[in-house]
Amino acid sequence: MKAHTDKTYDAQLDDLRNKLLSLGGKVETEISVSVRALSERDSKLAESVIAQDREVNRLEVEIDDACRRLLVLRQPAASDLRFITTALKIVVNLDRIGDLAVNVAERALDLNQSPPLKPVHDLTRLAELCQNQVRAALDAFVDGDVAKAEAVIKNDDLLDSVYHNLVNELLALMMEDPRNIRRANSLLFVAKHLERVGDHATNVAEMVIYMVRGTDVRHPGSRNSKSVPP
Amino acid sequence: MKIEVRGLNAWFKTTHALRDVSLSVPQNTVLAIIGPSGCGKSTFVRCINRMHELVPGARQSGKVLVDGQDLHARRVDPVNLRRRVGMVFQRPNPFPTMSILDNVIAGLKLNGIRGNYAELAEKSLRQAALWDEVKDRLQHSALSLSGGQQQRLCIARALAIEPEVLLMDEPASALDPIATAKIEELIHEMRAALTIVIVTHNMQQAARVSDSTAFFYLGELVEHGPTERIFTNPHEPRTEDYVTGKFG
Repeated sequence: MKAHTDKTYDAQLDDLRNKLLSLGGKVETEISVSVRALSERDSKLAESVIAQDREVNRLEVEIDDACRRLLVLRQPAASDLRFITTALKIVVNLDRIGDLAVNVAERALDLNQSPPLKPVHDLTRLAELCQNQVRAALDAFVDGDVAKAEAVIKNDDLLDSVYHNLVNELLALMMEDPRNIRRANSLLFVAKHLERVGDHATNVAEMVIYMVRGTDVRHPGSRNSKSVPP
Repeated sequence: MKIEVRGLNAWFKTTHALRDVSLSVPQNTVLAIIGPSGCGKSTFVRCINRMHELVPGARQSGKVLVDGQDLHARRVDPVNLRRRVGMVFQRPNPFPTMSILDNVIAGLKLNGIRGNYAELAEKSLRQAALWDEVKDRLQHSALSLSGGQQQRLCIARALAIEPEVLLMDEPASALDPIATAKIEELIHEMRAALTIVIVTHNMQQAARVSDSTAFFYLGELVEHGPTERIFTNPHEPRTEDYVTGKFG
C-alpha cells in the first residue's frame, strides 16, 4: 500500500491497527479460556479471564482515544476514514465479546461448585464455532479480506442452528430431572452468551466489508425504507 | 444541465493544460474542483467564462455549453457572457480608487443597467452578508475593509449583475477561518439562485460546500462524482491517494 506523504500519519494508523489486533487477540483468548474453565472445571482459569478483562477495557479506552485524535487532527478521508470509523465500531463489539467471556467465566465459577451435569456435546461444538468465527472475523479485518468476512456472515447460520439444538438438549435435561434445572439453566445462559459472541463476530465481518468496499451490507433495504413514526 | 463541458482541451503555447475534459453541472448545485497545483483547475474555470483566451498564446478546443448554448459560438459576445458567468478570485480585488458603493454598482454601470443603484447595492450587499458591516460607510474606500470583507464585497459586485453561474477560484484561501466560514455560508445560500463552480486547495472546504467534486490531475479529469462518495469511497486510486494525503 502507498504511504502517506506525512509519515507520522502512517505511524499513527499502524499504532491504531496494532492496538485493535492486540485487543482482538485478548478477547479471542478470553473466550477459549472461559470455555476451558467450564469444560475442565477449573475455577482458576475462570478467575484469570475476569482479571484479563481489565486489560481489555483499558485497551478499548485507548483505541477510542486514538480514533478521536485521528479524526480531529487528521480529518481523514476515503479508506483512512473508513478504517477509523470501522475501528470505532469494531472496538465496541470486541469489548462486548470480552464481557460475554467474563459472563461465561462467572457461570463456570458457579457451576464448578456443583457436581457436573452429564456432558453436553453441542456446547463444545458451539464454543469451537464461536472461537473460529471471532478468529476469522479478526483475520478478515487484518487482511482486509472480503471473502473471509462473507464466510463469517454465512457461518453464523450454522452457529445459530447448533445453538438451537443445544437449547433443546438442555430443555430435555431439565424435563428429565428437575434437579438438573439450576445447572442446565446456567448452561442455557452460557449458550446464549456464546451465540451472542457469534453475532458480534458477524458485526465485525460486516464492518470489514464496509471498510474494504465502502458499501454497507447490514440490513439490506433499510437505506431506502422510510422510518416509521413510533 | 446548467453547464456542460464536452471534450475540452486547453493549451498555453505548447503546454497541454487540459486534456479532453467532459463533465456537467446541474442547475443550483455546487461543483468543487480539487487537485494539486498545476493540474488545470483554474484553467478549467477560466474556460467557462472565456478568460483563458485572454492569455497570450492560449488556445482551446471542445465545447462549453451554458444552458445548452455554445460559449464559443461566433455570435456570443464574451463581455455579455461574463455578465451571465461571474467570477470571484483568490485575492480580493476591489477597485482600489472606488468607494464601497461604487464597487458594488460598477458592473451595473459598465453594462449600462439603469435603476435605483442604492437599492440594488443594498440587495447585493445583503446577499453577500456584508450590508450590516458597511451600511454606515458606503462612501468609504473599499480598501478600508478587511480582507474577508473585501472578498464579500467582490462577491456582492459579482452578484449585482445577477449572474446565473458564479465561478470561484480559491475564494477563501487568503482569509482567516471566520471569514472563510462566512464565505462558505454564502455559498450555501447563493446556491438557491445560482450554479457555482469553486476551485479549492482545501479538501475539507470542498467537502463542506459542494454537491459534487471533480478531481483533476495533470490536466486530466480523473474522477467526478457526488462529494460524499469522493471523500468516503472514491473509485479511482489516484483520487484515493490525493484525498488521503498520499501524493508526492
